Amino acid sequence: MAMFSSRIWREFPHRYRLEASKFKKSGKTYFPKRMVDPATGDTKQDTVVLPDAGKVVTYTVIRIAPEQWNDIAPYALAIAELTDGTRLMGQVVDCAVDDVKIGMEVRIEFRRIQSEGHGGVLSYGYKFVPKWY
Amino acid sequence: MREVCIVGVGMSQWGEVWRMSLRDLHTQAALRAIAAAGVDHLDSLYVGCMTGGLFVGQEHLASLLTDYMGMAGLPAVRVESACASGGMAVRQAFIDVGSGTSDIVMASGVEKMTDCSGGDATYALATAADQEYEVFNGATFPGLYAMMATAHMAKYGTTREMLSAVAVKNHHNGSMNPDAQYPFKVSAEQVAKSVMVADPLHILDCSPITDGAAAVIVTTVDIAKKLGKPYVKIIGSGAGTDTIQLAQRDDMTTIKAATIAADRAFKMAGKTIADVNLVEVHDCFTIAEIVVAESIGRYKPGKAGPAILAGETALDGKFPMNTSGGLKSKGHPVGATGVAQVIEIYKQLTGQAENGRQVAGSPKVGMTQNMGGSGGSSVVHIMEVA
Repeated sequence: MAMFSSRIWREFPHRYRLEASKFKKSGKTYFPKRMVDPATGDTKQDTVVLPDAGKVVTYTVIRIAPEQWNDIAPYALAIAELTDGTRLMGQVVDCAVDDVKIGMEVRIEFRRIQSEGHGGVLSYGYKFVPKWY
Repeated sequence: MREVCIVGVGMSQWGEVWRMSLRDLHTQAALRAIAAAGVDHLDSLYVGCMTGGLFVGQEHLASLLTDYMGMAGLPAVRVESACASGGMAVRQAFIDVGSGTSDIVMASGVEKMTDCSGGDATYALATAADQEYEVFNGATFPGLYAMMATAHMAKYGTTREMLSAVAVKNHHNGSMNPDAQYPFKVSAEQVAKSVMVADPLHILDCSPITDGAAAVIVTTVDIAKKLGKPYVKIIGSGAGTDTIQLAQRDDMTTIKAATIAADRAFKMAGKTIADVNLVEVHDCFTIAEIVVAESIGRYKPGKAGPAILAGETALDGKFPMNTSGGLKSKGHPVGATGVAQVIEIYKQLTGQAENGRQVAGSPKVGMTQNMGGSGGSSVVHIMEVA
């Protein structure tokens, strides 16, 4: 389904700059940003930028992929826990898919994520790369 | 609350049913349920459907389906909670009858999944995950459960053999189910050697894409007695939700929504998991059956896999799970699944399970656990013989 560019643009603060909500009362950070802290119901928050380093806490290798990912499959997909404890999902690139393991140290880099069909809008965001890269 | 029961059930044909449309499938199941219950009218309808809009481009389903049942005029609404839509429809019917608002209600579910390409079906199913932060980054449904499996294996030592044992057991049960889409047995070797979809899940760890519908008649015990048909009581109903993004859960090796739903259902029923003789759980993937068996409190974390491997959850085991064949073998038309789970428990508790699938010893209490997405929602029902 074609996405309007506003839908992609709206997410730039998260996908491009890793902006997150840090709530005043609990001190908890959530990515992407949200209006209410699930822990306390607090709505007072600061915008913070997530650290760009973390560790893989779980992963898979997508071998049967949706159509828009066929050209890069198989690809590794992981959840990483960043140094501030925040978790997010992204692809692990710049290594063999079989190299991805729980505990692997990764950095976040700005990458192209997908193009929406032929001649469609290019979408950018974050991917994980091995720390040693 | 009035005492609520299920008095008649109906399934459409399940599988890749190219001859039948969404409305045909639903009408077939609905008419069979009405005939089985022997009711002459309905007071309302709740139809579970995940996404008729994406699978066949049809919304406004409840009115359409009511019309095709020959019942235009009936209050009817569609209920959506991804793959838990069917179970949630049963819950709405339970509340409608229990509250005294309606006396005879149909809870149904339907999904027509083969009218679009595999890619479009994958897209439609993936809308049950977080579009912007999971699907956008390349997540698929098998991929999400695969990540739960990876975490569960690392934390508890769950093995390939345990995952395969779920598929082997459910296909064995499904081989005796005349409604099953894939009524054949598989071996552990076949599961382990089947195509890898998302490590560590192979294709035979995954439930299929299915066309199908299921319907039950929900009414009061008093009306059921007058109808003179076999009925079972719904003594507990519970639902719960959780973050739909897997990354935002504290623990990816358990499904909190299922725990919440089960706790609430047990509290209403005045029962515990120890009182349950058999259960239908939402085995959309083999790992899901293991995680759910732990999340509903039947096994301690990390202990369900070994128990399943040891045969404890087989048809003749201590705690039969998915006697119908589960989503794995019976099929998984997402909106219909939760209703079909209730149908299996109805059959088992009334002694009507076909082809040697009947659990011995006249089970008294059964349970269903239906789940949306990677565990963002769950609904549990506890049923008891009348």
